Amino acid sequence: MRWGDKPKGTELPDSAREEREPRLSGGGTNDRFPSDDHGGDDSGHNEDGRLSYRDRLMRWRLGLGLSMISILMLFIALSSAYMIRQHTVIQSGNGHGVIYWQKLHLPTLLIFNTILLLISSVTLEIARRQLLRRGLLAPLADIPGIQQENSRSLPWLAITVILAIGFLVGQATAWNMLQQEGMFVVGNTSGSFFYVLAGTHAIHLSIGILVLLYALSSEMFSWKLETRCLVVDVTSWYWHFMAVLWIYVYAIMHFSR
Amino acid sequence: MTELHAAHGSSAPSIVTDKPAGFLRRYVFSCDHKTIGLQYFFLALAAALVGIFLSLLMRIHIVWPTATIFGIGRITPESYLGLVTMHGTFMVFFVLTLAPQNAFGNYFLPLQIGAKRMAFPWLNMVAFWLALVSFLIMLAAFFVQGGAPISGWTHYAPLSAIASAGPGQGLGLDLWLVSIAVFCVASGIAAVNFIVTTIKLRAPGMTWMRLPLPCWAWFVTAFLILSAFSVLLAAAVMLFMDRHYGTSFFEPSGLMIAGQMIQHQGGSPLLWQHLFWFFGHPEVYIAILPGMGVTSHLLSTFARKPVFGYRAMVYATIAIGVLGFGIWGHHMFTSGMNPHAAFAFSNLTLAIGVPSAVKMFNWLGTLWGGRLRFTTPMLFSIGFVSLFITGGLTGPILAQPVLDSYLHDTYFVVAHFHLIMGMAAVFAIFAATYFWFPRIFNRMMSEKLGRTHFWLSFLGAYATFVPMHLLGMAGHPRRYSQLTEVNYVYKLAPLQMFISIAAFVTMSAQVLFLVNLFWSIFRGKASTQNPWEATTLEWEPLQEGNPVQHGAYEFGGDYNGKDFQPQSGLL
Repeated sequence: MRWGDKPKGTELPDSAREEREPRLSGGGTNDRFPSDDHGGDDSGHNEDGRLSYRDRLMRWRLGLGLSMISILMLFIALSSAYMIRQHTVIQSGNGHGVIYWQKLHLPTLLIFNTILLLISSVTLEIARRQLLRRGLLAPLADIPGIQQENSRSLPWLAITVILAIGFLVGQATAWNMLQQEGMFVVGNTSGSFFYVLAGTHAIHLSIGILVLLYALSSEMFSWKLETRCLVVDVTSWYWHFMAVLWIYVYAIMHFSR
Repeated sequence: MTELHAAHGSSAPSIVTDKPAGFLRRYVFSCDHKTIGLQYFFLALAAALVGIFLSLLMRIHIVWPTATIFGIGRITPESYLGLVTMHGTFMVFFVLTLAPQNAFGNYFLPLQIGAKRMAFPWLNMVAFWLALVSFLIMLAAFFVQGGAPISGWTHYAPLSAIASAGPGQGLGLDLWLVSIAVFCVASGIAAVNFIVTTIKLRAPGMTWMRLPLPCWAWFVTAFLILSAFSVLLAAAVMLFMDRHYGTSFFEPSGLMIAGQMIQHQGGSPLLWQHLFWFFGHPEVYIAILPGMGVTSHLLSTFARKPVFGYRAMVYATIAIGVLGFGIWGHHMFTSGMNPHAAFAFSNLTLAIGVPSAVKMFNWLGTLWGGRLRFTTPMLFSIGFVSLFITGGLTGPILAQPVLDSYLHDTYFVVAHFHLIMGMAAVFAIFAATYFWFPRIFNRMMSEKLGRTHFWLSFLGAYATFVPMHLLGMAGHPRRYSQLTEVNYVYKLAPLQMFISIAAFVTMSAQVLFLVNLFWSIFRGKASTQNPWEATTLEWEPLQEGNPVQHGAYEFGGDYNGKDFQPQSGLL
């Protein structure tokens, strides 16, 4: 045996490669959902070695759930710092204890932004279900004379992206409004915390928007239906998490001013 | 003739042309877990060489403060602090977080659980490349104007929060923060991969309680990484904002730097310490837990006995992981925080000695009555046990605020964590390297060189770090570039000289390891499939379709003339 020699049994099965690149050939529709009822095999592989949709989905959801723990810890660190600092008494020069804190006046625009984000959650959920329905019906397309209608999930995905961008624009506007009231990043700790918390959330939301755009583009360029379902499903969970996180950030800002 | 294992680097050919994937795809941007594991290993090795070089300069400077070093010149107090900072950074992050978990874990977790690959191969590759980018950014900090940061790897505010506070605290510290931020993301991605792989990709029959102990260790460590690094990221972001956007998270008011009043007000330096050590304490458990898992594994294999108290080991690992999140305050006993909080942290810190002691006694129980095979991996594992005892015993001492108020920031602390992290954890890395080398490269490392390496390193480790306890008890503070004008410290100079010489010897001994490693890769004696007669799946893989039949440590007894039963059930 030498370096580079591949002994038998260690190759990736051929069909595992399919998931990476779109298939160019015709010969049967691309939109086939693999059936799920291959039990008995612990690792979830079908006879041809491909992973069932269910197992792929479960793995990605688990991966996402773990990432959510990590992201949550980030926000917990920031918000616990926020809450502790609010009550920290610092000895000022003349010997009196002082709390350096200025009350935040949250613009009502933020409530409007919150509603936008929640609506975008709903539209993304609709898109996910449309896609799922399409996937379930895909095997029917083999019957002669039956044709699948155009994708219904595409417009909903696009609406979600638009709403999300609207949210970000609204956030930027709210920041401007705060700055006009004199609440800067600098010189005022409660303002700093608001910007850090909201900013971190906005950055993570932007990542979500990028993934949504990826899902949109895969929708338009007809990648495997299974992969599209997976991407949209995982993204929608992430999205709902982002919405809940924003409500958490807003609630903290509002209730512990 | 037993079939030899595949060398690393196998990955699928591209779909379009069906010819084998090119060099870049196979060896550079590979999604294969074995290649990625090796990439992490060599990255950690490079970082270790950087770290050792920095410590060499430090030890030279301590005993010859006025020396001019070829190519570097005189080491000023500021540059000494830069050495201290970067030595800690490279060693803790790029050696002790990467090598035990990411290098060996990526290579052997899938193999030991009977999986063909990690759960997310592409993300795995992304994580490695982010780690590499992080390493390069960190290296760059040496070469920018002002040089490397000087506030210690712990970067306490307000020194770290003010860019003009010293050389290297400007661009150097910014690069440090950016590098660590990237590292946090890389570690998080890798941790997700580990957890999903362990949960979802175990082979049929590989139940949780049949997992080899390194797999448990990698699993628990991944949870620690997932939770702790985010807090470091939060702290780093806030520090960056304090430095550049004028916020006052950590900067108090009233500071004068170079005759100028700093404009910040209202910040809390204590907040930085809380955030940093909330990450920092789990970090040291991240560094040690995989080593503990590997040690259990190797002690069992080379004593030809099952692990004593497998279940207890699992629960102790989990307990250490969970408890490790609650004891960060023991780094802050002298910070002026509430003594009641100190009391709570102290008790919890003492409490974490219990699962550690459970593991220790179980290791001894594994060895007791075994038919010991003193191979190089075994020597290093026993060395781990020894160093962990020595280093660990000073933990409960430092855990008491009364004692810590004297010993904090002295060489006593330096001795404690170097014995545990610098030597025990590194011994586990060595043990794992010697142990798994035949599996990776189909060759054996030289036993003679290995034993020499072990004895020199083992004795050198003790010679270097045990006298540091004496320095600490005498009151010698740490992170001081030169204290020869201080009378009571000046009297300790012979001890410092002894430590430096011991350190030079120990560092030189590592050359043996490097020679052994690289020579054996190309010219080592050919190995059989299972040279150590181990039971786990990386040595005796599952046959197609068969489930795992046994626990991981079926030693003793008679199985067709052999004293072990592989997990795959074959012989």
